[in-house]
Amino acid sequence: MAEIHLNKVSKSYGDVAVLHDIDWHIRDGEFVVIVGPSGCGKSTLLRMIAGLEKITQGEASIGNRVVNDLEPAERDIAMVFQNYALYPHMSVYNNMAYGLKIKGVPKDEIERRVNRTAEILEIGDYLKRSPRQLSGGQRQRVAMGRAIVREPSVFLFDEPLSNLDAKLRVQMRLEIKKLQERLGITSVYVTHDQVEAMTLGHRLMVLNGGHVEQLGTPIELYERPATAFVAGFIGSPSMNFLDAKISEDGKEVEFPGGNTLSLAQDFSKHANRPVNVGMRPEHLHVDDSNAEKTSHTVDVVEHLGADTLVHGTFGNGGSDLTVRLSGIRTIGQGEVLPLSIDPKNMHLFDPDDGRRLEA
Amino acid sequence: MLKRVHFEPSFLPFLLVAPQIIITVVFFIWPASQALYQSLLVEDAFGLSSEFVWFDNFIELFGDEHYLGAFQRTIFFSFSVAFLSMAFALTLAAMADRVIKGATTYRTFLIWPYAVAPVVSGALWVFMFDPTLGIFTYTLGVLGYEWNHKLNGGEAMFLVIIASAWKQVAYNFLFFLAAMQSIPKSLIEAAAIDGAGPTRRFFSIIFPLISPTTFFLMVINVVFAFFETFGIVHAVTQGGPAKATEILVYKVFNDGFIGLDLGGSAAQSVILMLIVISLTVIQFRYVEKKVDY
Ligand SMILES: Nc1ncnc2c1ncn2[C@@H]1O[C@H](COP(=O)(O)OP(=O)(O)OP(=O)(O)O)[C@@H](O)[C@H]1O
Ligand SMILES: [Mg+2]
Repeated sequence: MAEIHLNKVSKSYGDVAVLHDIDWHIRDGEFVVIVGPSGCGKSTLLRMIAGLEKITQGEASIGNRVVNDLEPAERDIAMVFQNYALYPHMSVYNNMAYGLKIKGVPKDEIERRVNRTAEILEIGDYLKRSPRQLSGGQRQRVAMGRAIVREPSVFLFDEPLSNLDAKLRVQMRLEIKKLQERLGITSVYVTHDQVEAMTLGHRLMVLNGGHVEQLGTPIELYERPATAFVAGFIGSPSMNFLDAKISEDGKEVEFPGGNTLSLAQDFSKHANRPVNVGMRPEHLHVDDSNAEKTSHTVDVVEHLGADTLVHGTFGNGGSDLTVRLSGIRTIGQGEVLPLSIDPKNMHLFDPDDGRRLEA
Repeated sequence: MLKRVHFEPSFLPFLLVAPQIIITVVFFIWPASQALYQSLLVEDAFGLSSEFVWFDNFIELFGDEHYLGAFQRTIFFSFSVAFLSMAFALTLAAMADRVIKGATTYRTFLIWPYAVAPVVSGALWVFMFDPTLGIFTYTLGVLGYEWNHKLNGGEAMFLVIIASAWKQVAYNFLFFLAAMQSIPKSLIEAAAIDGAGPTRRFFSIIFPLISPTTFFLMVINVVFAFFETFGIVHAVTQGGPAKATEILVYKVFNDGFIGLDLGGSAAQSVILMLIVISLTVIQFRYVEKKVDY
């Protein structure tokens, strides 16, 4: 059990800075997820917490102990690697027992702990096998088992599910979540998959190019993305972005083709300012009433079963727009749909730095 | 089904393999068959006539305590060379594996000895340990030890072992380093997180994982020490003093060209040939089975 403090943590390789001033306080027992596109520095940050990379600047502490100069072994952590990193020449049992043996835990206690962990993860039948005799999913469980059996104060995961097929991934995701809740051990989980991030994390850190874009709960990130990057990254299919301008009176946005949509709040302090309007596909609906609306010219329709994705062009301006409608809809190409959106669900971003604009 | 490709009959393929076949025949098949034939003959003292004696030469060899002594000596020599050069190479490789700055330079220097011919390697060590001029002899003398490998058989053996092992270190180093670098880094990291320090990681993770390479090198080094150390022995001790460093390959030469016992020497070389064949078979069987942790 431990909390983790990151205080202006930075990393550079020579002259190349890959992480900039990361501040984060991870609470005891919390499950946090670091998410971001490939190459943004997620693994590097996790590896700095693990002690596998030196911290160039700043300070990291685990459970009130500054760990900058501690070896990985001294940090009381366990890590699950993307490729599992099971010792190929040891049986599953010995893989799990290795860390305990080094710690000098008595033999009968090792046996008890390994067996109990194996039972939790349902790998009891494979204890005598060698890792290459296991399927990907089973290896994944062994890797988890090796981490759990040591009863560390922090779990670190680096994309542990990315080598599994889609179905198994969903199943293991749920198991990891349940396991973490049951054990209550502070966990840091790295992924580039936003669905994994949203479903697993109590809180998320969205990283982009070594900078923190936003910290928050999944709901906060979805409802109030701090930047256009976060808005586009969280949610699937991703948010639509349209160029527009705030009207003279600050009560609506004007699109290039002459369409307008009204805003939920008074944006008059930003009057006449060019903006990037974000609308999630699932927040747009077909509206046959007389309410204010805009048109959508259908181009391609995708049927997902539960939902229908309608790709097309927005209003008279011709920008691309995707709409997600629930259920199965029969819509033809070239059809013009009347669309409306609740003004509360419109997000405005600065077109230059991508920051969210507030009224 | 693979589609068979038919070529027009032509001389080109034969022409292309001809050099290899000629080399094999001239430098291997022909001398080997000559040796086989010779090993069944006994020549008179003046080399004027020879008599076909079947396996008498072999029977005589195995009753000859000098020969059996040389056999034992060779086994001791080979395993010492293999062990020493591999242990040293392994240490260097383990260190090089951790070096980050200047790694390429470091490796290049370590590879150089391999490019040195055995005789030259032998000559280097002879100079350094020469009883009257050698720098090591001088140093040992200052420290109060009188070195003279021309009189002391144990010292002579030690010297040929060192000279041979030194020559093999580079080769072993290369293989060990390659094997170590093919171990996924995350395994080492996982062990570090599990609490294993560098030494423990080496013995519980790295060493077991490179065991296939170790076995391969073991065979290669024994073969080297058995058959390719003639030049070193010739340059350093000529088999002396009092046959203390007369290993099997050197005895073949000594008995055949100095002692002029052609039949006996041929029989010895046939035995060596059988040994090399069996070592090669072991090697190939192992290569086919590949890694088995
Ligand atoms: N040893 C290194 N030397 C120089 N640059 C490095 C080194 N290791 C990583 N980087 C750089 O640091 C950045 C972050 O790498 P990192 O592995 O943390 O990315 P990531 O977010 O985990 O990406 P992915 O999702 O692909 O795993 C990358 O741009 C990478 O090129
Ligand atoms: Mg990564």
